[in-house]
Amino acid sequence: MLLRHTPTEVAERKSLTINPAKTCQPIGAMYAALGIKGCLPHSHGSQGCCSYHRSTLTRHYKEPISAATSSFTEGASVFGGQANLIQAINNIFTVYDPEVIAVHTTCLSETIGDDLKQIAAKAISEGKVPEGKTIIGAPTPSYVGSHVTGFSNMVKAMAQLAEETDKKNGKVNIIPGWVEPSDMEEIKRLATLIGVEITLFPDTSGVLNAPLTGEYHMFPNGGVTVEELKEAGQATGTLALGEWCSADAARWLDAKRKVPCTVLDMPFGLAATDRFIDTLRTIAGASIPESITTERGQLVDLISDMHQYFYGKRVAIFGDPDQVISMCEFLRSIDMYPAYVVTGTPGKKFEKRIKAITADMPFEVKVKAKGDMFLMHQWMKNEPVDLIIGNTYGKYMARDEDTPFLRWGFPILDRQGHQYFPTVGYKGGLRLLEKVLDLLLARKDRDAPQETFELVL
Amino acid sequence: MSIKPKLVQWEPTDLKEELLKKYPPKVARKRAKQIMINEATECEAPPEIVANVRTIPGIITMRGCTYAGCKGVIMGPTRDIVNITHGPIGCGFYSWLTRRNQTDPGADGDNYIPYCFSTDMQDQDIIFGGEKKLEAAIQEAYDLFHPKAICIFSTCPVGLIGDDVHAVSRKMKEKFGDCNVFGFSCEGYKGVSQSAGHHIANNQVFTHLVGENKKPKEGKYKINLLGEYNIGGDGFEIDRLLKKCSITNIATFSGNSTYDQFASAQHADLSCVMCHRSINYVADMLETKYGIPWIKVNFIGAKSTADSLRNIAKYFGDPKLVTKVNDVIAEELPEVEAVINDVKERTKGKTAMLFVGGSRAHHYNDLFAELGMKTISAGYEFGHRDDYEGRQVIPGIKIDADSRNIEELEIKPSADEYKARKTPEQFKALEDAGFKFRHYDGLNPDLDKGSIIIDDLNQYEAEKLVELLKPDLFCAGIKEKFSIQKLGIPMKQLHSYDSGGPYAGFKGAVNFYEEIDRLVNSKVWSYMKAPWQENPELTATFVWE
Ligand code: SF4
Ligand code: SF4
Repeated sequence: MLLRHTPTEVAERKSLTINPAKTCQPIGAMYAALGIKGCLPHSHGSQGCCSYHRSTLTRHYKEPISAATSSFTEGASVFGGQANLIQAINNIFTVYDPEVIAVHTTCLSETIGDDLKQIAAKAISEGKVPEGKTIIGAPTPSYVGSHVTGFSNMVKAMAQLAEETDKKNGKVNIIPGWVEPSDMEEIKRLATLIGVEITLFPDTSGVLNAPLTGEYHMFPNGGVTVEELKEAGQATGTLALGEWCSADAARWLDAKRKVPCTVLDMPFGLAATDRFIDTLRTIAGASIPESITTERGQLVDLISDMHQYFYGKRVAIFGDPDQVISMCEFLRSIDMYPAYVVTGTPGKKFEKRIKAITADMPFEVKVKAKGDMFLMHQWMKNEPVDLIIGNTYGKYMARDEDTPFLRWGFPILDRQGHQYFPTVGYKGGLRLLEKVLDLLLARKDRDAPQETFELVL
Repeated sequence: MSIKPKLVQWEPTDLKEELLKKYPPKVARKRAKQIMINEATECEAPPEIVANVRTIPGIITMRGCTYAGCKGVIMGPTRDIVNITHGPIGCGFYSWLTRRNQTDPGADGDNYIPYCFSTDMQDQDIIFGGEKKLEAAIQEAYDLFHPKAICIFSTCPVGLIGDDVHAVSRKMKEKFGDCNVFGFSCEGYKGVSQSAGHHIANNQVFTHLVGENKKPKEGKYKINLLGEYNIGGDGFEIDRLLKKCSITNIATFSGNSTYDQFASAQHADLSCVMCHRSINYVADMLETKYGIPWIKVNFIGAKSTADSLRNIAKYFGDPKLVTKVNDVIAEELPEVEAVINDVKERTKGKTAMLFVGGSRAHHYNDLFAELGMKTISAGYEFGHRDDYEGRQVIPGIKIDADSRNIEELEIKPSADEYKARKTPEQFKALEDAGFKFRHYDGLNPDLDKGSIIIDDLNQYEAEKLVELLKPDLFCAGIKEKFSIQKLGIPMKQLHSYDSGGPYAGFKGAVNFYEEIDRLVNSKVWSYMKAPWQENPELTATFVWE
């Protein structure tokens, strides 16, 4: 027993979080910033946060994650971090020469009250920012929201680069939310197939799944350009995938740059992908090519072929709200039961959505926003599940409860593939199902007594 | 065996210039003092390096923070203490299971290492203060688990808003009566690196824990092992050897450690210091307060392991123990030699760069020497001058503002528990025979002339070094791993071992030899270019014509 101290009896906790299902804002801002071409994320605070965020992103993506820090010491914490940030900006442009510095705060610089806009303006007026280079900033105090809101804040800062204009360029902005580089690639592929020109931001494909060639480029050839972001105001519309991750940026573009927006669920699973493709088609006035309809049909085919193995299985799922919402809908659509659902990220809407999605189940879902994995584990101890879905940290519960475990979400520190194989779209749905089936069937094979062990399934 | 052809042979001084070229003048001046060419090739005076100074804002550093050094490094591997991070969620989350401290829950079964406890402060807590929430969190932890001890770790915002974690801890300790509660002011900004956090942690452990258990411990040759964190099972292997030699390890600070181990540390008769950077002051305090002498040991590398075991035996001076230790070494060495003889054929003459922590870069140098490999450049992420130059320089180190933040404990001999372990004559006899108490060498004397020593290496310099000197292997941490590997150079993590280990002791040495052989001889590094990139000219005919 790894989590031997977790009692079955659930006692209410108000102050102690145990085994969180979220982490802090800046790491999300750092990940989002890596999806801008030539961007060096910068953490304004003490160096430990930056070190932790880089380590975790590195472990998840298995790629170099470059990011600078203001390296606060006690003095900066008392007198403010302006001097550190201005010095940092100068050093960064001189040594690393990025196109963009994307600054985010930490709980420390937020608590002191450092004003990023004012410091950036000062750096510019002091000539520390070379011609043609850009600084953007996002407030990401860690005592608000979670890594997901940090991501959203940086994406909003990206949207705010959009210039005021009356021109339209016929493109569609797509804000994919916190998904893998492979997912971003898949979204671009689908758009290309439909024949829609899109601006995807952030776009970490090519940045965080770069090839091994014997050369190191601090700024790999990927990401949305600042030019494209400036032109985001000329788009026909914005498709924001995920209320938590993407909606703020899209609504800002709608309100301030008159680019109408639609907020959709992240396209995980059949129904959410259907809505995504259909909306994209409508916005762009395009028709859907046969190949996409075929992909959809293949997913439906797999569901029907394997339905007996999914049917009625109970699932515990934890992770980021936008992802978990679509996943729960997917699970319901194949007649699986999301029994326990937890996200660490706050937001009342989450519980409502999950309740709505699971309303037709024969029992009531246990759902908690601002929950933690300790609680979820306690639920499982009282009534077990057939499958756990969540990030790497779920492996302890999975082992203790001897339950199949699908690694999905962030962070995945101990497995590969997520940066290369998408789980969005119909093809992503196929992959998700393949993985779930592998787990359930491997379990069946393992548990079957000799006399009922079978070759064909 | 082949050594990769080097395009240019760099003179060390040119190399240094090359590294500094791109920096703004102020930065270049500062970095120049932290980069040094070993052994007076630069100037006549004995070389002195600048270390343990502030990180330069904007320069992508390898360092972490004080909290990481305190909660992550020192307290992380203690299994039966509930460690609560007081702060927003991130700090606690990132220090959750990421250091690969292995642990054996033992007979009592207490093990909180797989758990992450946090007060998950929200904005109201920042505005109105977080002490109430902390108090309630400690209570909840106590009600749920009834642990022997609860430790509280302050993060940056906590220090800023002025929550008094010590007062809250005292209050709760009194309230419970049967649970030791104490706190650490280890806010991330407190020092220039993790090193400050080690110090803060050790001071509190010494103040609140060491000596609590008055009951003497069984054992003829009793030691403490300081500065061993059981990464990848290193501590297990060292314990296996000690046991085999009939040496009793009273307390490991702090790999696979328990509350009772710390509480009983005063019963040992010798302290053996592994990672001196993170803990040398505890050895000093144990000596001052209880009379336990200390020596530096190193269990990384077969020769170092054998030397360290022999030194421990020599200290106790019992011929029976000396024989026992020699027998154990004789029994263990054949396997080590068999592997090294096989591997060395393929590793001999290769070069390595080592940039880790505060002692590791030095320790691993021994292992590479055994492989016939040469360390051409090395340095520490958060070392101090004594780690480079040797312990004798400590009195000469200027204390700067950042180090002055960290409390120095005033330790006096304990009235009832101080016990001299040897007579002055016995000490003198040992010293005359070449035995060194309270001493460790620095990294510099162990490296070749002309090798480049760099303190607080950063990403830019790492990349440049690799480009210019093309080592066969680079050792650092996870943040450095993939940028180095993109350059086509294998990179070995020496903080978390890339899921490998143990590397300590004899079995560990064997693991390490095999691992390095695999790394420097892996075929993958020859695949960097596709055939059409190696030979891009188009021929005029189709191949099958
Ligand atoms: S919670 Fe705050 S101090 Fe901790 S890692 Fe996150 S930003 Fe840094
Ligand atoms: S070897 Fe380095 S990383 Fe490890 S504890 Fe010592 S100082 Fe820290």
